[in-house]
Amino acid sequence: MAEIAAFAKPASLEATPTHYCPGCSHGVIHRLLAELLDELGIRRRTVTVLPVGCSVLGYDYFSTDCQEASHGRAPAVATGVKRARPDLFVLCYQGDGDLASIGAGEIVHCANRGEKVTVVFVNNATYGMTGGQMAPTTLPDQETTTCPGGRDVDQAGYPIRVAELLSTLRTPAFIARGAAHTPRHAIHAKALLRRAFRCQMEGRCFSLVELLSICPTNWGLPPAEAGRWLERQMIPYYPLGVLKTPDGPDRAPLPLATLPEAAPGSAR
Amino acid sequence: MARTLIKGNEAIGEAAIRAGCKLFFGYPITPQTEILEYMSRRLPQVGGTFVQAESELAASNMLYGAAGAGERVMTASSSPGISLMMEAVSYLAGAELPAVIVNVMRAGPGLGGILPGQADYLQATKGGGHGDYRCLVLAPWSVQEAVDLMRDAFDLADYYRNPVLVLCDGVMGQIMEPVEFADERSPCRPLGAKDWATTGWQGDRPRAVINSLYLDPDRLQAHNRHLQAKYDRMTRDEIRCAGPDPAEPLDLLVVAYGASARVSATALEVLKTRGVAAALCRSISLFPFPSAAVARAAARAKAVLVVEMSAGQMLEDVRLAVGERRPIHFLGRQGGILVMPEDVVDAAERILAAPAVREGAGG
Amino acid sequence: MARILIDRERCKGCEQCVQACPQGVLALGRGFNAKGYAVAEVVKPRHCLGCRLCCIACPDVAIQMWVAGTLYHYFAY
Repeated sequence: MAEIAAFAKPASLEATPTHYCPGCSHGVIHRLLAELLDELGIRRRTVTVLPVGCSVLGYDYFSTDCQEASHGRAPAVATGVKRARPDLFVLCYQGDGDLASIGAGEIVHCANRGEKVTVVFVNNATYGMTGGQMAPTTLPDQETTTCPGGRDVDQAGYPIRVAELLSTLRTPAFIARGAAHTPRHAIHAKALLRRAFRCQMEGRCFSLVELLSICPTNWGLPPAEAGRWLERQMIPYYPLGVLKTPDGPDRAPLPLATLPEAAPGSAR
Repeated sequence: MARTLIKGNEAIGEAAIRAGCKLFFGYPITPQTEILEYMSRRLPQVGGTFVQAESELAASNMLYGAAGAGERVMTASSSPGISLMMEAVSYLAGAELPAVIVNVMRAGPGLGGILPGQADYLQATKGGGHGDYRCLVLAPWSVQEAVDLMRDAFDLADYYRNPVLVLCDGVMGQIMEPVEFADERSPCRPLGAKDWATTGWQGDRPRAVINSLYLDPDRLQAHNRHLQAKYDRMTRDEIRCAGPDPAEPLDLLVVAYGASARVSATALEVLKTRGVAAALCRSISLFPFPSAAVARAAARAKAVLVVEMSAGQMLEDVRLAVGERRPIHFLGRQGGILVMPEDVVDAAERILAAPAVREGAGG
Repeated sequence: MARILIDRERCKGCEQCVQACPQGVLALGRGFNAKGYAVAEVVKPRHCLGCRLCCIACPDVAIQMWVAGTLYHYFAY
């Protein structure tokens, strides 16, 4: 009986072996994105904007036109590309430091203006490329090279939940969070990414999918154990799901509480 | 073509649109905000796109993205905002992207003041950003010249695949002068198709990758040498200056640009009525600096006077050009204070009255 | 029947596929590839259902799967 290929490398992914560490979720996420570009048939009009971080060399892996942005500025670069050529599909790929630290301003305003780009936010609670420093997404008491005793919330505050933060903006958007550390989660993540891609293809709104990812090297865990750390430590703080849809309920601010009446003759 | 009375900032915007600028990204800052406002009104009228960005950081990176996608793009800011853009300028140069950046200079450093200054010369010509790169830097001295240089700036940016800085001072941005917008003409340099731009990979050309990262040191050195060769061509071909008439006698050479040159020109008329042989060498391209023209003119004079609204920035390039051959004097103002014609006249007379100069030590 | 093909030189021995497989088909083998990684191997070929969870789990696209006969999709992917 003839054999058929049940699984093969997507065309939108270059054959180049990646430089990522064993087990790194970047590899899985790159492949999910490439599969979607193939399935939706949009590879030829895609421009991928790459960050500074482990995925800085992403232009060697995505078989699309690419632009390398400076640290944190990928949403601004993506805005420039999309405004110049609204017919192109603009994919913006960023990590924690790039998006939530130096790029915090750019991502908020890109989302707030409702730029019709798709942002993939790879959250591994650390700065991978530079060797495992504390990130805005590092968990309390998590040890990194710049918080060797663990993240002290009195000094560094609590981690930022980017998906929740962006979902409070009034401008319509598709905001979701998934994970990529097990195939079951990757399958769910791909469905979220597909919805995000469709938002851009239909010209509806800004879309962002945050994907919790493992970083075995900088967590100091073997790849086989890193997934369990993510499940136990990250998912409770960064819940999975869809946080905002373009036709979801308006998250309007609550009315101000009325002040109590002052007693006659007393100072207010 | 009719002459219009128009404010410098608005003229710059109009000139850009007529040169085919399709996108403008900017942020409000005095004294260039009128460029922003004008573009927000005019660009949609011609099918272009205007974006007020959240910061100059963002604006300059939007510039990068849109330039990378192959469109004619522009931003404008003033000194503190230009500082924020310096990272992006280095990236634009490294990735070889064309863009026009207008700096309507104000007094600094830091927040400084909102009145005009010329203290961004070193930032513009010696590289405010990191790495071995250069920008083509043009400095108009009238609104008409600003309009003409803006038109050339877009062509030069495309031709060299490099950012071009147009250095106005606050005076240029704010004054109103009669201007003629010339009819369309062919580009001032031959331009080809932008097949390097990220327009979607159809398979008919190599994948376009806009990038300035080269981890391999040999490749990065080769890239740098390629950039330097480009800057050498700029130095050879893009010198612009309005030098003194070679036939006229010359005792004092005044070197200035922008508003300081306008003021110096007035002063020179006064000096002429007093029988002083003084002339102006006005640099229009600040990079490449017209060193040869300045040196040649200085050789005929007894002394050189550099006039700037700064503590002496172009002064350094004049010193490099002239060396020890002639005494070089400097008249500067900071804080947003304009150099006045009488300041230049007084300085000129004092310099020429000094014993060493009178006895023709430089002759 | 499903046939798994692992590209030994792409594999980095991360064991995501070993963990992903519900049937214990894969394990990290002995020996190393050219980069010094211990690579995953098929140890129980007859247990393979063709579910592709190993392919989906692999960050390096090192696993191909070939199926003779009907391919059952256990999930939408």
